[in-house]
Amino acid sequence: MRHAGIDIGSRSIELVVIEEGKVIVRKQAESGYNPVERVEELIADISFDKVMATGYGRASLEIAFDYSTVTEIKAYGIGAAALHPGIRGILDIGGQDTKVISLNENGKVFKFEMNDKCAAGTGKFLEMMAVTLGYKQETFGLEALKGQEGIEINSMCAVFAESEVTSLLAKGCQRADIAMAIHQSVCRRAVGMIKRQDLKAPMLFAGGVANNSCMIHLLQQTFGDDIVIPESPQFVGAYGAAILAGSL
Amino acid sequence: MADYTKMWTELGLDLDNHDALLENLGGAYQSIFMSQEKRPEGMGYFDFVMSEAHGLRIQELRDEQEAGRKIIGSFCVFVPEELVLAAGCTSVGLCAGADFAQEEVEKVLPRNTCSLIKSFFGFKLGKVCPYMEASDLIVGENTCDGKKKSFETFSQLVPNFYQMDLPQNKAPMARKLLKHEYMAFVAKLEEMTGKSISLEDLKQGIATVNAKRNALARLSKLRSADPSPISGLDALLINQIAFLDNPARFTEKVNVLCDELELFVKENKGVKAVKAPRVVISGCPMAIPNWKVPAIIESTGAVIVGEESCIGERGQRNTTDDSSDTLDGLIDAVVDRYFKIDCAVFTPNQERVEHIKEMAKNTNADGVIHYGLQFCQPYIMESFSVEKILEKDGVSVLRLETDYSQEDMGQLSTRVEAFVEIIK
Ligand code: SF4
Ligand code: SF4
Repeated sequence: MRHAGIDIGSRSIELVVIEEGKVIVRKQAESGYNPVERVEELIADISFDKVMATGYGRASLEIAFDYSTVTEIKAYGIGAAALHPGIRGILDIGGQDTKVISLNENGKVFKFEMNDKCAAGTGKFLEMMAVTLGYKQETFGLEALKGQEGIEINSMCAVFAESEVTSLLAKGCQRADIAMAIHQSVCRRAVGMIKRQDLKAPMLFAGGVANNSCMIHLLQQTFGDDIVIPESPQFVGAYGAAILAGSL
Repeated sequence: MADYTKMWTELGLDLDNHDALLENLGGAYQSIFMSQEKRPEGMGYFDFVMSEAHGLRIQELRDEQEAGRKIIGSFCVFVPEELVLAAGCTSVGLCAGADFAQEEVEKVLPRNTCSLIKSFFGFKLGKVCPYMEASDLIVGENTCDGKKKSFETFSQLVPNFYQMDLPQNKAPMARKLLKHEYMAFVAKLEEMTGKSISLEDLKQGIATVNAKRNALARLSKLRSADPSPISGLDALLINQIAFLDNPARFTEKVNVLCDELELFVKENKGVKAVKAPRVVISGCPMAIPNWKVPAIIESTGAVIVGEESCIGERGQRNTTDDSSDTLDGLIDAVVDRYFKIDCAVFTPNQERVEHIKEMAKNTNADGVIHYGLQFCQPYIMESFSVEKILEKDGVSVLRLETDYSQEDMGQLSTRVEAFVEIIK
C-alpha cells in the first residue's frame, strides 16, 4: 500500500509517498497562481492508493479531487512525532504563517498558536528582506551568519521593516549586519511564541525557514540541544498527512 | 414578503442601503441556515420571523405605537425587560451584528473600536435599522469604556437617547447604584407613558419574562443530549430572536419547538452524528447577523451545545423572584436578578469562569471556544484567565479574536478545524 500526503502551502507544495512506513517519494513545487494544476503535475507520474491533503490550500484539493483533508496543525504533529518519537513541541515557520504546537507524551497535539493575518515573522518576511538587501533566497541565511550582531530592526511589519532597512543602508551599515539583525528579529518573535505557550523540550524546527542556517544558529543560541532540526524540515506536514492517509 | 416600502420610507430608512443590507442578509441566511439538514419543524416559525424581521414585526411595533405603546430599544441585557413591560412598553434589542457604512462610522469613531459599537453606529448613519428608527427611547448603558464613551457621540445622532449608569463590581454599594438606576429608569418610563407602574403591572412583567427565560432554559437543557437535537446555529438564532419578537408568542413557539426536540432526544435523533465533537462558545455577544464563527465551527462537523454569551446563557440564566407583595420588594427582586449577570466589565469576575466550567460540564462539551471581538478589552483580557483556569480543569480552550469582516475566514477555519481535531 502506498500512501501519499500533499501539503499545499502558500509558497510551496510538498508531496510525500510512503510505502511500508518508508518514504519512497519526496517532491516539491512552487504553489504559483494555480496550485491545483501544480498538484496535478506533481502527481502525474506517481501512483498511490490513498491520499490526504493538508495545508492552507487543502480545501481546493478537496473541491477539485475530493481528497480527504486534515489541518496542517495535526499533520505537523503526526509527522513530527513519527520522525522524532518523544518530541514535545514544534516550531513551524512557513511561507505565510508561523505556528507553535505543543504535543503531549503520546505525541498528540493539545495546544497550538498561529500568527495573525500579516507576514510578520514568517518566511515571506525573510523573503522580502532578502530582496531589499539584494540577497538570493537560498543564501540569505549563510550571508547573514557573516554579519556582526549589534543592529536592531524594530519593526515587525514587512512594509515598515523595509524602510528601516533602507535607512540603515543609507547610514552606511554593513549589508550582512543588517541581514543578521533581520534574522534576529524573526527569531525573537518565534522565541516569544514558544515561551508564551511554554513549549516543552525537545522541540522540532519545521517548515521552509528551518533550512535557513542563520535561523538555526540563532534558535540554538537560545535553546541549545532542545531544538531539533529534521533532515527535510519542509516535508514534515506532507509526511504527517501521508501517515494519516493510511488510516483512511 | 409584502411591500413595506411605504413603512420604511416613513421610518426614514435609506431604501438603497436597506435593500443592500436585506439582500446580504437573505443570502447569508439561505446558505448558513436553510442548507442545514435534519432541522426540526419548529424552526419554521423562527425562519419566518427572520424573513419578516424588517417587515411584519416592524409593522406590529408600529401598530402597537398606534395603540399608544412605546418602543424601548436597548443594547445590553442589563436593561430590564420586566420594567419595560410593566410600564406597558415593548422592549427590543438593538445590538447589531454586521458592518455597515464603515466609512461614515470612521468619521466619528476611532478605527480601533470593536465591531459591535461600530455596527450600531453604522446602522444609524446608514439609516438601515428599522428597530432603531422605530424606537421611542434608546437606552445606552455605561458598561465597557468603548460603549459608554461612544454613547456621548451616539446621543447626538438620535433624538431620544437615555443613559443608564451601571456598577462595575459586586459590592453592596454597587447593588445600591443598580437599584438607583433602575428606579430612575422606572421614573423615565412613567414620565413617557404618563402612568405609574403598579404591583400588578410588575408581577405581570416579571411573569412574562420569567416564562421566556424558562422556555430558553428548557431549550438549553435539551442540547445536553448526544446527539444534540438542534444545531448551535439554530439555537443561536432563537436566542437572537428573543430580543426582537413579542415575548409571549416567542415563549409559546420555543416551547412548541422543545416538545418536538424532546421527541428527537427520545428517539436519539440529532442534527449531527452521534459523538460529534461538542463545543461551548463563550465570550462577546453575537447579535444578528453575526453567524460567522458558529457557521465555521459547525461546518467542521462539530456541534455547538451552548453559548456562554449575552445572546445566550448569560442573558437568560436566572429568573426573577416574584413572591414579594410590595412594589419595592419586586424591584429589589429585579435588581437581584440582574446583579447576578457576570459581564466581563465587572471586576473581579470569578463567577463567569465558574459558569463556563459548569456549562461545559452540564452540556458534556469537549472544549470551549472563547470568542472575542477585536478591541474588546473586557472579554479579551478575561480570555487569558478563562483559558488558564479551564485548562487546569482539563477543558481544552481555543481563544479566537475576530471582527465582522470576512477577511480572516481561512485563518479562522484552520484554527477551528485544528481545535476540533484536538478535542475529537
Ligand atoms: S456583554 Fe456586558 S455590556 Fe454587552 S450586552 Fe452583555 S452585559 Fe451588556
Ligand atoms: S463587545 Fe466588548 S468592547 Fe464591544 S461593546 Fe461589548 S463589551 Fe464593549
